[in-house]
Amino acid sequence: MDTALDELRETIALRQERALLATEVRYGELTLTVAPETIPAFVAHLRSDPSCRFTTLIDITAVDWPQREKRFDVVYHFLSMHLNQRVRVKAEVREDELVPSIVDEFPSADWYEREVFDMYGILFSGHPDLRRILTDYGFRGYPLRKDFPTTGYVEVRYDEEQKRVVYEPVKLTQEYRLFDFMSPWEGAEYILPGDEKKGA
Amino acid sequence: MEGDVLVGEQKIRNFNINFGPQHPAAHGVLRLVLELDGEIVERCDPHIGLLHRGTEKLMESRTYLQNLPYLDRLDYVAPMNQEHAWCLAIEKLTATPVPRRGQLIRVLYSEIGRILNHLLNVTTQAMDVGALTPPLWGFEEREKLMIFYERACGARLHSAYFRPGGVHQDLPEDLIADIAEWARAFPQVLDDIEILLTENRIFKQRNVDIAVVSQEECQALGFSGVMVRGSGIAWDLRRSQPYECYDEFDFRIPLGTNGDCYDRYLCRMHEMRESTKIILQAVEKLASCRGEEVLTRGKISPPRRAVMKTSMEALIHHFKLYTEGFHVPEGEVYAAVEAPKGEFGVYLVSDGTNKPYKVKLRAPGYPHLAAMHHVCKGHMLADISAALGSFDIVFGEVDR
Repeated sequence: MDTALDELRETIALRQERALLATEVRYGELTLTVAPETIPAFVAHLRSDPSCRFTTLIDITAVDWPQREKRFDVVYHFLSMHLNQRVRVKAEVREDELVPSIVDEFPSADWYEREVFDMYGILFSGHPDLRRILTDYGFRGYPLRKDFPTTGYVEVRYDEEQKRVVYEPVKLTQEYRLFDFMSPWEGAEYILPGDEKKGA
Repeated sequence: MEGDVLVGEQKIRNFNINFGPQHPAAHGVLRLVLELDGEIVERCDPHIGLLHRGTEKLMESRTYLQNLPYLDRLDYVAPMNQEHAWCLAIEKLTATPVPRRGQLIRVLYSEIGRILNHLLNVTTQAMDVGALTPPLWGFEEREKLMIFYERACGARLHSAYFRPGGVHQDLPEDLIADIAEWARAFPQVLDDIEILLTENRIFKQRNVDIAVVSQEECQALGFSGVMVRGSGIAWDLRRSQPYECYDEFDFRIPLGTNGDCYDRYLCRMHEMRESTKIILQAVEKLASCRGEEVLTRGKISPPRRAVMKTSMEALIHHFKLYTEGFHVPEGEVYAAVEAPKGEFGVYLVSDGTNKPYKVKLRAPGYPHLAAMHHVCKGHMLADISAALGSFDIVFGEVDR
């Protein structure tokens, strides 16, 4: 299977030389890195080229790397039922950058792009209806960003007096517990009480 | 209305209604905003997220093993199939082999999950179009299967039975015998349900030629599972990208021709028969590897109880495994299984620590529901519930 994947990589690399920034085969999966502005043309090629025919869009998601200058990876997964192959397309995106939508190429991208927008706040240009999808009506913030707290900011309850659901800042009776179970000899940096001057 | 000239006063405004979020045919908490022209659906806008629990966010702050039970809570109709994808993703990253008996048990329970799902779907879809008896008969069988779940892992629903490297415990022999006995009797129950539905005039009137999707549409809309097979595309991950030991099993993949609700119903009925065949084969194969290991004993799985009583290292390993958890090498993988509803995938990004850096759960129901407008436009209002039932939507996985 891996040889087939390498062949596929060669073919795509040959035909889309200018669009491709990097290719990688790891864990038996092919990852193609492209620039965000070339995505629609590139995926259109993947879909229609007779040696690819990746006609099914499996998924669109993003990965947040806050310490990086280009903060997000937008990740597309495609499946070719004809070749029985999968491919992953990745693009690095800055926080304020627009990603061109691929709704015209793959109608199923509609909800996936809405979800990425909802969860990460990445804007897709040319999307017909970029609303929030999974979060509450009127929700603020982008929950899957690494700087968004797991507890969130607001909580809801039904108020008996006002006879409606009210939003309040989140109040925890107990601090949200995040245990650090990392081995003391593998990574975690503990400061021994009284030993602060060790380095000095 | 041909030849009928509408003057200003007569012009009728389209009617907007809310379908759900508490409609019994919405199969959970779906809110559909429908624009109706008379009884014809002009626009259908599903509002989802009412069951959103932030699973993917929660998973980022828990260890790999602690995350496993979250997978049960996605598609709660067939929990073990989801766990399977999660385990496959971890096994791919850590290059962990699964012992043969573990693989067979996984196949066995995946197929039980498939029957659990199809029984619920087929019969409640029938209820949505007016038949009350099928769910009563179907749920009786589901109850028996739930008991098999319970006897394997102690829980009827949220099983947490599949583990990275195999399954948690071996199955008792009498349980395997009972499953075989059930599987031999089950086709008769399917025949009974088929008598109620397959040639039923009302059922056919409500399902034939409703929500038709062509092969091209299936691909453009990102469908998988029964939704593509109902349209005649021979695509099943168990066959085309075999995982576990599915390639050893003899089963057939039923295909539809018209791609309508009725064909999808027939596919599901037939798939249950095929699953029963797989179950019986798995039982047979299990007999040949009795008493073998079901879990790869290594860094990512607990040591045996008996070893822990005498070995200090095993005890430490056990403690570390359930507190710190295991570390997964850096990298990213996508692992998919043929869940009963379609392709369920896990996209896992690991940064080499004991917690996943990012998890994306690819639910099969999500693109299916996204296609509601496209498929239902121009249908009657009553067909919405037939189509929705046939799409096999469960909100646990759509909303995550």
